[in-house]
Amino acid sequence: MATVPDRAANRLSTLKERAAIIQATRSFFIEQGFLEVETPVRIPAPAPEAHIEPEPAGDWYLQTSPELCMKRLLAQGYTKIFQICKCFRRHERGERHLPEMTMLEWYRADAGYRELMADCEGLFAALATPERIAAMGGALDFTPPWPRLTLTEAFRRYAPVSLAEAIVRQSFEEILVSTVEPRLGAGSPVFLCDYPASQASLARLHPDNAGFAERFELYCNGVELANGFAELNDPAEQRRRFEHEQDLIRTFGRTPAPMPEPFLDDLVRMPEAAGIALGVDRLVMLLTGASSIAQVVAFPPERL
Amino acid sequence: MYTAADLKKGLKLEIDGNPYIITEFQFAKPGKGQALYRTKMRNMVNGNMLERTFRSNDKFKKADLEERTMQYLYSQGEEFIFMDNQSYEQIHITREQLGDCINFMVDNMDAQVLLFQGAPIGVTLPISVTLRVIKADPWAKGDTSGTDTKPVTVQTGYELQVPPFVDEGDLIQIDTRTGEYMTRVKE
Repeated sequence: MATVPDRAANRLSTLKERAAIIQATRSFFIEQGFLEVETPVRIPAPAPEAHIEPEPAGDWYLQTSPELCMKRLLAQGYTKIFQICKCFRRHERGERHLPEMTMLEWYRADAGYRELMADCEGLFAALATPERIAAMGGALDFTPPWPRLTLTEAFRRYAPVSLAEAIVRQSFEEILVSTVEPRLGAGSPVFLCDYPASQASLARLHPDNAGFAERFELYCNGVELANGFAELNDPAEQRRRFEHEQDLIRTFGRTPAPMPEPFLDDLVRMPEAAGIALGVDRLVMLLTGASSIAQVVAFPPERL
Repeated sequence: MYTAADLKKGLKLEIDGNPYIITEFQFAKPGKGQALYRTKMRNMVNGNMLERTFRSNDKFKKADLEERTMQYLYSQGEEFIFMDNQSYEQIHITREQLGDCINFMVDNMDAQVLLFQGAPIGVTLPISVTLRVIKADPWAKGDTSGTDTKPVTVQTGYELQVPPFVDEGDLIQIDTRTGEYMTRVKE
């Protein structure tokens, strides 16, 4: 068992790495011509999402993601923006979850989800130095392009039932977590693409196949790192999906937050765009070889 | 009632009419999907393991458990009679429920009795007990190695390894969690 000074020394070296990774991430986006923005952390109306519970803060809420405010900036004419900020999600605490986490989000106007995948590959070219690859155990190859695997294909390869059947049986999450995820991104990172429309409340549907959304997740070593998609910019459809999410929230016995009306108003003016959220704590976990998210923050909630 | 958010290692809950203690717990949440609470639990009555995955909206009954201090009075065949130190109520506990405790029990000793819905399901003894050695080989004169041990039998019939200087008639302290010798007690 590690002694207390050992643990403190480990934390210090991890926190130094964390700072270096965040600085390198910031430099990468600035060099790529993105504008760093800051949007309010405390907001009156987070995006209604059935399975994400916002933390109340007075009459408002702490953001679960900066997504809505960043898309409103796109609607105002910003074209390439990024933000590194704190997000809060109630009751989320596990080996890979913190109720307060650091999120990196970036958005591109006039772009699709494929451009975001290229951004991810570029970001890792900047972050995955030979020393860090060695710290990770040396088994991952970050040379682009990384494989793109559709969710349908991933279930066909790794799951006991098809994607369609898993959804009908309401065991989609369970099978994804227990048998699919652990096998994703073993030799190199992988993009898991094209989620069922029911699993993407803010994403645009596939132009050729309306049953699927243009959404992807980035996996590395079995860990979900990022979630990106082509943004839905149809306010009427977005309202319908939000109302559906609010209905689900009510069936779960919770009271939904108010409808984010200013966002829906601005959505009319939002160009075609794509955006992505990447968990910075998990990124640091990956690049430092940490096994638990608590190891990569100064204080996990249990130590406060 | 507990909700899924209360689940953690060590929590005791009732599942299908039995008390369980969570021994392993994992929170998982794929993307924008539902949270999954993957648990492994031990049945507190028969020790069987159970694996279950719960979702955010699941609710659980708290296991109706109570621990009371009771005095061990005497045994009667396969049954062991304890008395509640507060209510003076007497209860019967079987040999099977006592498990290894049986090796360390002496009359009038206090123990913690765990009750599920009012019925005893387990006993916890004090961490150490003092028992008399009733059978031991004499210490061979001249044996100064000090590292050897020898087997002795204590008053409950339990056999254990002790340092060679322990003699028949000595009192020794035993760790009830491991069943091992701790020290010799001066009278």
